[in-house]
Amino acid sequence: MSYLCQLENFEYSCCRDYESAYKHVGKPYIRKDAVEKVTGQATYAFDMELPGMLHAKTLHSPYARARIVSIDTSKARALYGVKACLCGKDANTKVGLYMQDKMVFASGETRYQGEVVAAVAATTEAIAERAISLIEVEYEVLEPVINVDQALEAKTLVHPDINTIQHTVGVFFPQPDTNIASLNTSRRGSLVKGFDEADLIVENEFSLPAVAHVPLETHVAIVEADPYTDKIRIWSSAQSPFALRQMMAAAFDVKESDIEVHIPYVGGAFGGKAGIHLEPLVTLLSRAAGGVPVKLRMTREQEFNYMPTRAGMRGRIKSGVTKDGKITATEIVYDWDSGAYADYGVNVGKTAVYGGLGPYDIENASIVSNTIYTNKVFSTAYRGFGHLETLWTVERQTDILSQKLGIDPYEFRMMNMLKPGSKTISEEVITESSGSPCDCLSAVVKEIGWTGRKTQEEREKEWKTGKVRGKGFAMIQKAPAMPANTATSVIMQMVGDGHVNIMMGAVDYGQGALTALAQIAAQELDIPFDMVKVIPQTNTETNPYDWNTVASKLTFMAGNAVIQASRRMVDQLKDVAARALRCSPDVLGHADGYIYKKHMPEIRIAYKDMALGYAYPDGMGIGGPIISHGVCMADGLTNLDPETGKGLPALAWTFGAHAVEIELDVETGNIDVLKVASAFDIGQVINERMVYSQVIGGVMQGIGSAILEGYKFSDNNVLLNPSFTDNKIPTMKDMPFEVVPIYIENPQLNGPYGARGIAEHTMISVPSAIGNALYEATGINFYRLPLTPENVMLGILSGEKDCR
Amino acid sequence: MTVAELKNDGKACAMDTAHVSSSRDLRVVIDLIVNGERVIEEVEPNMLLLHFLRDKLKLFGAKESCGEGECGACTVLMNGYAVTSCLVLAVEANGAEILTVEGLSKGNELSILQQEFIFQDALQCGFCTPGMLMSARGLLDKNPNPTDEEIREAMAGNLCRCTGYLQIFDAVKRAAEREREEREE
Ligand code: FES
Ligand code: FES
Repeated sequence: MSYLCQLENFEYSCCRDYESAYKHVGKPYIRKDAVEKVTGQATYAFDMELPGMLHAKTLHSPYARARIVSIDTSKARALYGVKACLCGKDANTKVGLYMQDKMVFASGETRYQGEVVAAVAATTEAIAERAISLIEVEYEVLEPVINVDQALEAKTLVHPDINTIQHTVGVFFPQPDTNIASLNTSRRGSLVKGFDEADLIVENEFSLPAVAHVPLETHVAIVEADPYTDKIRIWSSAQSPFALRQMMAAAFDVKESDIEVHIPYVGGAFGGKAGIHLEPLVTLLSRAAGGVPVKLRMTREQEFNYMPTRAGMRGRIKSGVTKDGKITATEIVYDWDSGAYADYGVNVGKTAVYGGLGPYDIENASIVSNTIYTNKVFSTAYRGFGHLETLWTVERQTDILSQKLGIDPYEFRMMNMLKPGSKTISEEVITESSGSPCDCLSAVVKEIGWTGRKTQEEREKEWKTGKVRGKGFAMIQKAPAMPANTATSVIMQMVGDGHVNIMMGAVDYGQGALTALAQIAAQELDIPFDMVKVIPQTNTETNPYDWNTVASKLTFMAGNAVIQASRRMVDQLKDVAARALRCSPDVLGHADGYIYKKHMPEIRIAYKDMALGYAYPDGMGIGGPIISHGVCMADGLTNLDPETGKGLPALAWTFGAHAVEIELDVETGNIDVLKVASAFDIGQVINERMVYSQVIGGVMQGIGSAILEGYKFSDNNVLLNPSFTDNKIPTMKDMPFEVVPIYIENPQLNGPYGARGIAEHTMISVPSAIGNALYEATGINFYRLPLTPENVMLGILSGEKDCR
Repeated sequence: MTVAELKNDGKACAMDTAHVSSSRDLRVVIDLIVNGERVIEEVEPNMLLLHFLRDKLKLFGAKESCGEGECGACTVLMNGYAVTSCLVLAVEANGAEILTVEGLSKGNELSILQQEFIFQDALQCGFCTPGMLMSARGLLDKNPNPTDEEIREAMAGNLCRCTGYLQIFDAVKRAAEREREEREE
């Protein structure tokens, strides 16, 4: 076909001057799913229709906290076309990830504005919509717990049953008779000693609001609950099919094998589609409607109001430093405004105790992390899994410390950075193979042209021009947040013509795994990239297991699994070839789609001639279809000690640094990001084009968190900005003028070809770097995100040097 | 219950007669060109163009992401102008020429614009991509030599959460160049 020719003639040149040592790994191949996506062929759950499908709509609580006095659904039920109508009293199904704290429908009390109180399934969306408007709910409005301070007072409990909520024991620690869903801690050395050694002690508080993920495809689920068996079939926009299967089985008390999850293309996820969301509700509707498929999709307003967010956070940090710039002690308390339910929020909180110190070697440190229930929309995983928030605390503080000490912020960081031999707060020893944060910082500082801080005079002079510029930088460090026994797997099958199909259990929602994994297989098998296909759709009935598509671990873990499966495939091929060529497999090599005799390369058999079994010239067959599998198990990880946080939580750290140059309009408070330099110790680039795209996309999302985005609530916790008009995300006009990605390649010994994950990292310290640059530009320290024109102007007009 | 009532699709119902609207049986015939083919269909007067394309014509390329004209995912060309089809009634498209993402390629040959989206890696999840392509098409049809600023302006109504836009910007710019070269040949 001609379009394929055009694509094949396309020269695979790297966007930047990156060169790979490998034939396929590292090459900037174009995305496998690209043609389907530019022609409108790609099908998302949002596009799916099943025969006889009903449409669902939901009714949401207008109050953050209220007692449901009564619900009258009779008018809705009477409406022609309505097939099912449910509310809290019809269903006592509990769901939860780490804490079983959530009912499918609010019952008794609503815990956030936006919580679902009733739902309808009808023959059309319009009928369902009308039916919803006919449901009458009487509420007794109650005083909500509006923020973390109120929550910590514990006068009102968001979950009065907190003492008995079932949860993952030993990992999460709900505090009796409080609103603390989990209290996690870690410590190293002695704070007393550390603060004693300090010449200067600096305490600060930093905060940021809840932020929405904003996948362009809102959450969608279609469920068909077989009325004759326990079978539940799901088509969903979820990002973690196997985790969903497991949680559905638990929620409905059926076998995992009764749950069938299909994931077509997913229109963006960013953590917001991990876990279990619409599926239980739609299952109940399908059951109530006699088992026909029911589809529910969120409107954008519902997505903002009802679907989970990134938590708001307050970080209080106390640091001790010596005059010459050594950090002797750091004490941090993170309070997560995690909303009404724990979901992934508690795990974000937990991660902060080992990931929340920044990439620094600090001998005396302590982190306390409180994941706190409030009457707000609940929080979940979001790209970075808490690290954007903790870095906003740590990297702003580091900058402020360097200001106070009069030491260059680059020098100051280099002095305290993790280096081979130093230890993290969990007392994990950093080695050469852990990657080098120092290399990353040096690279971005050079790229941005950092020559030291401006003087106050220089700032004042520039101020008169109406525009001031500033450069700033911040470190990045993150490891996948995962259980110690995380696993993934792939199955590889050879097709009759020697092509290879790979099935995985994870989902490519745009990050490029379909392409990266195909490259690894092509490299290992030594066949053309175009001869490998990773099946884009995931189906738990046929695809092999994957824990969750989260944590920037897919290329890392599934990459390892593909290497294993490929090597097993080569072994199988050699085994057949050895019989056909009457030799030992030991004398055989593989290259270019052939198994050949190493000492007589012209004696060889093509893979394709063995793909389905090898036939001798007389027709007799040996071997059989070539099928292999590969697994990757997180190796050597441990749970953390509940008090000290000691243990091995990190499969692999990815270190990096962002440097930015901004321009501030002093009349409007508007920040333009002129240039971003981003370096990551990625170990090995698998696909240069895709890494580049991750960087650009992540940087942009980071700019959103830095200068635009954030939930705004009224005094009684009603969301004030549930639309794109008021809850803006960046557009093409907010694009920085220049983004320079820098790849550092200190290989990770347990990574595929030495690679590390990079998806989340591209975003997480953009706000800190911008905050630091804003200080450079203005001489003013800002402590709260977002740095919207309004907030920046208020800061400037206050005349303060510290805008808390 | 009358047949008309049975057929109604939600704006009214037999059991809930108080809410029956008098216009419930109103259907309008629209006659338009979609991706170069003539289409004659009966629609309800309040049906949106987006839903007409998706639900009636089963052209699922145009997406709905906000339903309020804020995101551009539903962008199609109407008489050559990029419009957010979630804000246009199907009846307004009567007599119009509509182009959707499904109509962008020529036979099985991808258009230059589509190719450049692929080459520049201007897509990740792909959900915004049909709308992006149509906004870009609308721009280049009206203004084959856009400045950088004009590209930003024309594309600023299309949200993308994945790519960070730079690659989309590059794709549009490069497509403009290549289309220009092609015209000159
Ligand atoms: S769906 Fe039409 S603009 Fe968002
Ligand atoms: S590619 Fe995902 S929203 Fe644009």
